[in-house]
Amino acid sequence: MIARLAAVFLLIASPALAVQPDEILSDPAMEERAREISKELRCLVCQNQSIDDSDAPLARDLRLLVRERLQAGDSDEDTMEFIVDRYGDFVLLRPPFKTSTLILWIGPALILIAGILGVVIWHRRRPATAVSTSTAPLSVEEQAKLDRVLAKDSDR
Amino acid sequence: MKPITIIPVAIFAAVAIVFGVYLCQVGPGGKDISQLPSAMIDKPVPQFELPPIEGRTDGLKTDDLKGKVSLVNVWASWCPPCRVEHPILMTLARDGVTIYGINFRDKPEDARRFLDQLGNPYARIGADTKGRVAIDWGVYGYPETFIIDAQGRIRYRHVGPINPGQVDSIIRPLLKKVAE
Repeated sequence: MIARLAAVFLLIASPALAVQPDEILSDPAMEERAREISKELRCLVCQNQSIDDSDAPLARDLRLLVRERLQAGDSDEDTMEFIVDRYGDFVLLRPPFKTSTLILWIGPALILIAGILGVVIWHRRRPATAVSTSTAPLSVEEQAKLDRVLAKDSDR
Repeated sequence: MKPITIIPVAIFAAVAIVFGVYLCQVGPGGKDISQLPSAMIDKPVPQFELPPIEGRTDGLKTDDLKGKVSLVNVWASWCPPCRVEHPILMTLARDGVTIYGINFRDKPEDARRFLDQLGNPYARIGADTKGRVAIDWGVYGYPETFIIDAQGRIRYRHVGPINPGQVDSIIRPLLKKVAE
């Protein structure tokens, strides 16, 4: 019985939401937009959570502000811009592509290219030494020795 | 040793130096990497008009911040670092610095008691009971202090309490510079 109850509770359990019931808009479409925008905005108190995830009072204020802007008829972009004007690009969890963030966006690709180049160069240089020694023909003596060993082996 | 074998060593050394320098900057007494640059620097202060704390008669609005260099301090009675910072604001006020207060999400009676007990360094105080004006200022930690020039532009933002060392190393020199 207890096991069954536990199973039922596990099934109906959902992740706890930071969004409070009194914040939710009556228009489901607008609420959905507000949730999507909130997921893109950083909570400045916790700094690694979106305002949609955070229980900090500032995150709540910002969630309410987002909903207020939407209700006032702002587009999603206008709403984001409204917050960025006040808190800067850092508030965006996905940093915009511009000169000051160039290293951030291009850096990983550059390192990958450098790595590939390194491997290619290393590979090109190696055969010059490695291949020549391994393909040197066996001397008559060595060949005879090898034949003896192989013959012995197949006898067993 | 072929020149190419030096490359990995050189890259490692460069990375180690960059990390090392950065690590030395952070930590106690150093740079706080959780402090963010303000998006508002060199912009005019946002348009706002705040009522006084209930039971007082001042209030604070955008036009109050024009005409002379001033500090704007965002504080609350429930914020422990604000208490720590308070004596420093009192000293600055005694030295003739104009300080305006934005009382953030506070109960009027708590805010009034705070001022009665610890003294009032503020020339005017506006009560931001909803916290909306603080958002317009880009405030995210308390206390925060802004330096405003005579034209009403934000010139500096300080997150967290101003400690005694920073008064002489940051605040006073900046006030002087901004006044010129």
